[in-house]
Amino acid sequence: MADARISLPQDIRRGEPFEVRISIRHAMETGYRTDETGKPVPRNVVNRLLCRYGGEDVFVVRMTSGIAANPYFRFFVTARESGSLDFEWVDDAGNRGQAQAQVKVA
Amino acid sequence: MLRTIAICAMLGAATSHAQDRALATDQLRSGIEFSGADVRAMQADDLANPGFLWVDRGETLWRADAPGGSCASCHGDAKSSMRGVAARYPLFDAGHKTVIDLDERINDCRQGRQHEQALPRESEDLLALSAYVAHQSRGLPTSVRIDGPAQPAFDRGRTLYLQRHGQMNLSCAQCHEQNWGKRLYAETISQGHGSGFPAYRLEWQKLGSLQRRIRACFFGIRAEAPQPGAQELTDLELYLAWRAQGLPIEAPGVRR
Repeated sequence: MADARISLPQDIRRGEPFEVRISIRHAMETGYRTDETGKPVPRNVVNRLLCRYGGEDVFVVRMTSGIAANPYFRFFVTARESGSLDFEWVDDAGNRGQAQAQVKVA
Repeated sequence: MLRTIAICAMLGAATSHAQDRALATDQLRSGIEFSGADVRAMQADDLANPGFLWVDRGETLWRADAPGGSCASCHGDAKSSMRGVAARYPLFDAGHKTVIDLDERINDCRQGRQHEQALPRESEDLLALSAYVAHQSRGLPTSVRIDGPAQPAFDRGRTLYLQRHGQMNLSCAQCHEQNWGKRLYAETISQGHGSGFPAYRLEWQKLGSLQRRIRACFFGIRAEAPQPGAQELTDLELYLAWRAQGLPIEAPGVRR
């Protein structure tokens, strides 16, 4: 399930950095666990998260099994123009997710 | 003579208040107060709190179409219609002739009204719906009824709570009433309130129900845990809710 929560500050000013926060619902299976019958559960983690601002890549993460379930990121982006912040991610099983937030530059 | 009367009066008072709680309302401390600053900060921030991923999902499911209509088609906006509902559960239900919890009520609605399959206990969707409904009562005091038809379930719950279980031969009360605030290895023993549930437990790396948490306690004392959805667990949930009467609902809470 590709659910995510994004938070942006209310007040974003041109030329100044603003805080972006995202949390993604994902079990982040490490590949080290077994199920109730003792069979290993294959690794399935979100391995890549990309954030674009006005079409340009501003934040990219490569993740491995060391990241806990429901990964949460907080980073800063410098405000330029009003536009959309587009997130895309993909896990080991090939499931893709995306989320979007609108940036309103004052 | 006067002393005898005084003692009799005290005995009378003791029996008429047989249901006095071990912890007075002003002594009640939510589970979050026994957590570290990092866990408290996580719960306090609605974006950092991963439980809200389930609340969001629950909101989507609330509006999702079903053969008998969506949740919203009967109940409207959950923000007003579901406000305070979770604080009253577990609640006596005439159809079941006993006390049921919120998950059971949701499944009742799904089967009876929405003509849908019941959702399995601890399934993502049931947790999402119960988290969404419970969240509407955040900040409201727990206020369950233990009188009238709910009394037998309450009495069974109290018996379970006070009874010793398992290889460790421990009762719930021995930890959560007599030794709360003390350390058990690296953990501080809480008062055992369920006001934060369904809660995101860091150990689970996901949201879980109060029943799951209670089952973990059974495991901890090396006792055989009742199956998910068992009446014993609902009875225990009712007793716990009564112990926590007045404590604000925190759902979705964050716990270690």
